[in-house]
Amino acid sequence: MATTELSPLQLGPVLATFERRPDVLISLLQAVQASLGYLPPDAMGAVARHARVPRSRVYGVASFYSQFRFNPAGRRRVAVCRGTACHVSGARMILEELERTLGIAEGQTTEDREYSLETVACIGCCGLSPCLSVNDEVSAKLTPKKVRKQFRAAKKSAPR
Amino acid sequence: MMSDFEQVQQSAREAWEDLGTGGVPVVTVGTATCGRSAGALNTLASLREEAAGHGLACRFVEVGCLGPCYAEPLVTVQRAGDATVCFAAVDKLGARKIADYLAGGELPGEYVFATMGAARVPGVPDLMETPMMKGQVRRVLRNCGVIDPADIQHSLARGAYAGLQRALELGPEERIEVLERSGLRGRGGAGFGVSRKWAFCIEAPGDTKYVVCNADEGDPGAFMNRSLLEGDPHAVLEGMIIAGLTVGAAEGYIYCRAEYPLALERLGVAIGQAEELGLLGPDALGPGRPFRIRVKEGAGAFVCGEETALIASLEGRRGMPRPRPPFPAVSGLWGCPTIINNVETLASVGLIFRNGADWYAEYGTESSKGTKTFALVGNVLRPGLVEVPLGTTLRQMIFDIGGGVSGKHRFKAVQTGGPSGGCLPEEQLDIPVDYESLQAAGTIMGSGGIVVMDERTCMVDFARYFLDFAVDESCGKCGPCRLGTWQLLRILEDITQGKGTAADIDLLEELGHNIMRGSLCGLGTSAPNPVLSTLRYFRDEYVAHVESQTCPALACRDYIAYQIDVDACTGCTVCAGLCPVEGISGARKDVHHIDEAVCTKCGVCSNSCAFGAVLTVNRVDLEPQT
Repeated sequence: MATTELSPLQLGPVLATFERRPDVLISLLQAVQASLGYLPPDAMGAVARHARVPRSRVYGVASFYSQFRFNPAGRRRVAVCRGTACHVSGARMILEELERTLGIAEGQTTEDREYSLETVACIGCCGLSPCLSVNDEVSAKLTPKKVRKQFRAAKKSAPR
Repeated sequence: MMSDFEQVQQSAREAWEDLGTGGVPVVTVGTATCGRSAGALNTLASLREEAAGHGLACRFVEVGCLGPCYAEPLVTVQRAGDATVCFAAVDKLGARKIADYLAGGELPGEYVFATMGAARVPGVPDLMETPMMKGQVRRVLRNCGVIDPADIQHSLARGAYAGLQRALELGPEERIEVLERSGLRGRGGAGFGVSRKWAFCIEAPGDTKYVVCNADEGDPGAFMNRSLLEGDPHAVLEGMIIAGLTVGAAEGYIYCRAEYPLALERLGVAIGQAEELGLLGPDALGPGRPFRIRVKEGAGAFVCGEETALIASLEGRRGMPRPRPPFPAVSGLWGCPTIINNVETLASVGLIFRNGADWYAEYGTESSKGTKTFALVGNVLRPGLVEVPLGTTLRQMIFDIGGGVSGKHRFKAVQTGGPSGGCLPEEQLDIPVDYESLQAAGTIMGSGGIVVMDERTCMVDFARYFLDFAVDESCGKCGPCRLGTWQLLRILEDITQGKGTAADIDLLEELGHNIMRGSLCGLGTSAPNPVLSTLRYFRDEYVAHVESQTCPALACRDYIAYQIDVDACTGCTVCAGLCPVEGISGARKDVHHIDEAVCTKCGVCSNSCAFGAVLTVNRVDLEPQT
């Protein structure tokens, strides 16, 4: 997931599956981001031409929704849930433990582009809080210790 | 709808009966998102492997979420001539023991949770008699964790689309009348009467009308809709088709959060299967009367749960609300009359038509009929997805169903309604959960999130948490919300960081009321609720922060300090090794010491001490260490 499969200039096949109408804009951006991992400026230009809207509107929509990113993410996107249940059961300590273990702050990506660390509003696994997801795979009932173990090992075995 | 529906239904029922009585044992595993996060897919793989090792022929069925999240992964075994047994917390070892049991071995008692169905096992309770299930009435959730949501035959066998069949026999007025008698109110939070909303849409002029299912479950701490979409998607589709039939729409949209990939996948499968059977498509509502459903993926904006913002998002724009009226029932998607209902509301519609309005209204209170699903979470012993009759008290939910507060801690507060709701203290726990009672107490029903907190949660910090969320999610269109929530957050940050004054508390109240009065949409008008409700019930905590410079919950980092209990410390060096700032000194077997000057209050030492020797104290109470 989230790997660069196409360059922004080769988006033709992705765009071609959508009608050339303004209302497909969000779905179009989602498809482009699924292919490229993020929304580079060239790609947003291509989207604007395809949907027949000004670039300003594409940027306006893309910057409104938290799903869209303008910088490439790590190969493993670690998302710490900051939902209410996770908050009251220690999500902050989980996030801080990850920041220490991965050596990056929230919103950053490791230099080798292996990991990026973000928070999400709620994953919806509130019954098993606190939780996080790595590329949509959820781990639950976390403790700082569990997180340390999981990510220390993963970091070591990660390809450099 | 197809002409041979009854025949299809009959064969589905027969296949369902065969499933339980056939020669092959049926093993179900709850693989909804919650089950998966607890390792259900590994459990399923282990079960398959172990069964193959014994040379056992089994039928494995992936089902949705049964509700007791704390007991995931849940596995049930159904075998002709035996009681159906439900196993909890099934890990690799559990999978082996279950396979041994299937091969003729003993029932692995340590994993047994309950039995299901008529046959019993001595000493094992029936599922509905277990403490968590006892007070529940499962109607909307009746298929969750029971059927394979990716197999329409299971849904049909359990009655799906029978409500649609009934609705097709009625006239438009009779359909509205059924809904009105049922007393069904919107389950998304506002509680608007469903029959009235639909009647407005019928009356609204226009040939093109739309049905929209709001599956943008954005409240942090709530997952009722996710579980329902993952566990019983056809219930939602059926409700949408009945809505289309009633108001005269040919198209429906489901606006579902992108954060719910499995729900999106299951919806896609369910729609495909319904199309194959002709339940959706060119003749869905009768010959030549089409109805189609499309799924639109949200892109991560809480405000899109507000109906006019949701419409803007469906149209490919920034999800910003607009003033109402006109209401969407008159002018909605593309300016056409549009019904927007929540997932749970729509899932109730089919049930009402199938079983009758009176059946539905037999539970509930005078003004709030039926049952409601809730996500019971936080510091509670048995968190999970529950469904209770409206009018059940919060105390029954938290203490009887949820088992009270987890660990040795004391109950402090319960929060309902997500970021739009409020916090209630112990004294308010006996109020019945219905739309009006909760509102009178200073909170709202909301979509159904119930977050339990013990004494370790600071109520000022908790209000700050929600305002942080509101500031992030405010769309920015109207000033009171955009600027007001930002100011509320700054003041709350001051108070939690030791910079607050007594005047700040009054300012919070005044500002909160003004934001409620001046904001455009539901997000702004309810965003101050977490502040105002905590001020109403937990004012002393605010006062403690600003006047005596203490945080009674020992949660706000600027007020606390960590200290080693010299009698309890064994000098094991674990905390010293883990301290990220190397702020703990002490040789092995010697009492350790925390250097207050470098301590960042991360809590790692306190969290990792096996002897409870790291104490949390208010900094003003800090005793000089010897």
